[in-house]
Amino acid sequence: MARLTINGKTIDVDADGGTPLLWVIREQAGLTGTKYGCGVAQCGACTVHIDGAAMRSCSVTLDSITPEQKIVTIEGLSNDSSHPVQKAWLALDVPQCGYCQSGMIMAAAALLQQKPKPTDEDISTEITNICRCGTYNRVRAAIKQASIG
Amino acid sequence: MTIALDMSRRSFLGRSAAVAGGLTLGFHIPGLAGDKGAALAAETTPEVNAWVVIRPDETVVIRVARSEMGQGTLTGLAQLVAEELGCDWKNVTTEYPTPGQNVARKRVWQNFSTGGSRGIRESNDYVRRGGAAARMMLLQAAANEWKVPVGELSAKLGVITHAASGRSTTYGKVAAAAAQLPAPADVPLKDPKDWTIAGKPLPRLDTADKLNGKQVYGLDLKMPGMLNAAIKDAPVFGATIKSFDATKIEGMKGVRKVVPVGNSAVAVVADTWWQAKTALDALPIVYDTTPNDKVSSETIAAMLKEGLTAKEAYEGNKAGDVTAALGSAAKKVEAVYSFPFQNHATMEPMNATALYTAERCDVWCPTQNGEAAFAALVEASGLPADKCDVHKINLGGGFGRRGMTDYVRQVVAIAKTMPGTPIKLIWSREEDMTHGRYHPITHAKLTGALDAEGNLTGLHMRISGQSILSSVNPQALQGGKDPATFQGLNPGGAEGAFSYAIPNLLIDHAMRNTHVPPGFWRGVNLNQNAIYVECFMDELALAAGKDPLAFRQKLLAKSPKNLAVLNAVAEKIGWNSPAPEGVHRGIAQIMGFGSYVAAAAEVSVDAKGTLKILRIVAATDPGHAVNPQQIAAQVEGSFAYGLSACLYGECTVKDGRIEQENFDTYQIMKADEMPKVEALLMPSGGFWGGVGEPTIAVAAPAVLNAIFKATGKRVRNLPLKNEDLRRA
Ligand code: FES
Ligand code: FES
Repeated sequence: MARLTINGKTIDVDADGGTPLLWVIREQAGLTGTKYGCGVAQCGACTVHIDGAAMRSCSVTLDSITPEQKIVTIEGLSNDSSHPVQKAWLALDVPQCGYCQSGMIMAAAALLQQKPKPTDEDISTEITNICRCGTYNRVRAAIKQASIG
Repeated sequence: MTIALDMSRRSFLGRSAAVAGGLTLGFHIPGLAGDKGAALAAETTPEVNAWVVIRPDETVVIRVARSEMGQGTLTGLAQLVAEELGCDWKNVTTEYPTPGQNVARKRVWQNFSTGGSRGIRESNDYVRRGGAAARMMLLQAAANEWKVPVGELSAKLGVITHAASGRSTTYGKVAAAAAQLPAPADVPLKDPKDWTIAGKPLPRLDTADKLNGKQVYGLDLKMPGMLNAAIKDAPVFGATIKSFDATKIEGMKGVRKVVPVGNSAVAVVADTWWQAKTALDALPIVYDTTPNDKVSSETIAAMLKEGLTAKEAYEGNKAGDVTAALGSAAKKVEAVYSFPFQNHATMEPMNATALYTAERCDVWCPTQNGEAAFAALVEASGLPADKCDVHKINLGGGFGRRGMTDYVRQVVAIAKTMPGTPIKLIWSREEDMTHGRYHPITHAKLTGALDAEGNLTGLHMRISGQSILSSVNPQALQGGKDPATFQGLNPGGAEGAFSYAIPNLLIDHAMRNTHVPPGFWRGVNLNQNAIYVECFMDELALAAGKDPLAFRQKLLAKSPKNLAVLNAVAEKIGWNSPAPEGVHRGIAQIMGFGSYVAAAAEVSVDAKGTLKILRIVAATDPGHAVNPQQIAAQVEGSFAYGLSACLYGECTVKDGRIEQENFDTYQIMKADEMPKVEALLMPSGGFWGGVGEPTIAVAAPAVLNAIFKATGKRVRNLPLKNEDLRRA
């Protein structure tokens, strides 16, 4: 048994310590908004916040997390899609298939937390998620929109 | 007809509860497209016709047969129905009918297949007629109630008004009566210039749930009692399993069953997918040897090279006498190009969920072709068609890959061994990368004849390489020839006409198939054909001492639509004025998927050979434009897909297997390299072209032509990652 704090709730999970956090979130916590894309920290579809920092949950194992660490998934970013990033995403109709978008939004929210007014350069360096539908330009525009509130 | 659908809805919902002990799936499950209450409404509210259900609360449920995979067809098709229906767009929601219902109702929704940018261009007529017929029936119902001639009524935003008496009612109030009326025989359509919903840049209908994790993809399905499966197919295409030792993993945590699937694959079923995958990775599997074990990228290249000069080839386009023209040319230009295998790499790996019992079998899956998935399910389950159905779940990308049904067959085979237990099969990224249906590999040799004035008098284009249809749909071959190979090179037709006027022309194909299975990959054969032709046009222009734009304009003098998009991008990028210091431009155009497209690119290449794609201008003439902001999104996405292929896309073969297993070796273009895209939408009316694919084809050649200007290097073999771009 391991104890985790996800989206403000404490949950006990029964999984091997080597299980990636991604699969604990999806299969034990039942939160499927966090996606599997590659499993090897390449695509960012699995991005969550751990103590405020964007992390690729496929490459974090269960036994490396303590109960005190605050994990936030896309479901916990806001109760009602009211986070500035979600609002900007809606206004610019960013998603296409949408599969990468949880990870994109979590990465963008972490970036804005760190740098409230990111430059193009910041966005290029920090948003390294893959989107096969090619929403990159709207992602960039929406991050900028969210940054001016 | 109404009853038939309602019955099957009811029976589906009832059955689910009975069989699976009450699916706690809400309405995410039965394949509803982002809709939360349509299944209930369809149960209690009779449909006006196959396309339209209007509930008493005025909600308009529009049925969409094509699959939404990001391209926006769900919203676009709904706009077309709503336009003719004359409802209030705010009240519109959508749902997917199932393939089983389509069969039961004699294909009332026609084709479910979603590919070839055909969603809107092929179904616009009948979906609009569906909306228009529903409007006529609603008006007639009101006329009957008020006992006035229907011609005296008008409808707007779902409100029906009788001006003479000042009465009004709503669609929701008369829908039940309308449902009882016969369908009208003569259904006129609006002139697109009068559109108020279609043609407008409306936001997508399916965005909200994609922002908060609520959108359910196939990968996310949950059912009571469900188990998870991971699968490994033979790494060498065509190989079979000699043996595997299940005892090595049977005691592992969560493992329920080890299941051979066909003669080449083995699946592990476990409580969680991570357990299944972990156990599968530990399973010792021995494969038989096959002749394919010796195939490599090098042996394939040698085979294709031979095809470039082979005697026998299928003719795709022919005019005049190209041999004579080449013989009498003042100048001959020759070049050989190549385009590699590529994986679709949808962000959501292949997956499907099946529930098999002795009585029936249901599959829930993201698919671009519900009817093909249904056929695969019926065959794999061995059950009668009326005991099977496929429920479409939202797709995390398709790009052509999800038109195939391999994963459907697999999940049914697994579920059959565990009756009554829902099985969710998920492919690992590694499985997905190494068991694709790849963009076909081809080489092309182009030989052009220029006269003394630099006019192009002859062109021979020999393609050597894979045929998609001979693998995917051999019945569609024409006397052995694969007509799809000539996309963009045909003498005419909507799929892609070769528009340059060249008096002596021969385009032919030496078919050279490999054991690596090809498939329809977003943009299909237009992709490499456009690279071959459009880069070679620049080579010819150079040899003729002409400007690449002027050279094309002359050859396109009789192709006004091609010319219009070409001129538009040239003007917007400033072709005839000098580019800023260090910036270089390239241009390309083509016709395909029913649309006319062109692109101009600006790039820079520094002393180290580092390429920057600075700016893209793209023009599209799709005839009619149903949702301009979604078309802009498709154009941008097309550049992401096409430029990713141009920069990085390549699957290589070693010892008979695909070498790239994940995104660390199959790199994808990201935000940092994505250029600014200025999309010019130029709908000239009078025809319906697709927008999901055509612009991909001009992405690479525009950039490659600009790279030549920047470096003097003519890149003829993709991807660019293998090239040294330092100025020679
Ligand atoms: S799934 Fe974690 S980075 Fe791709
Ligand atoms: S929206 Fe489809 S992968 Fe990004």
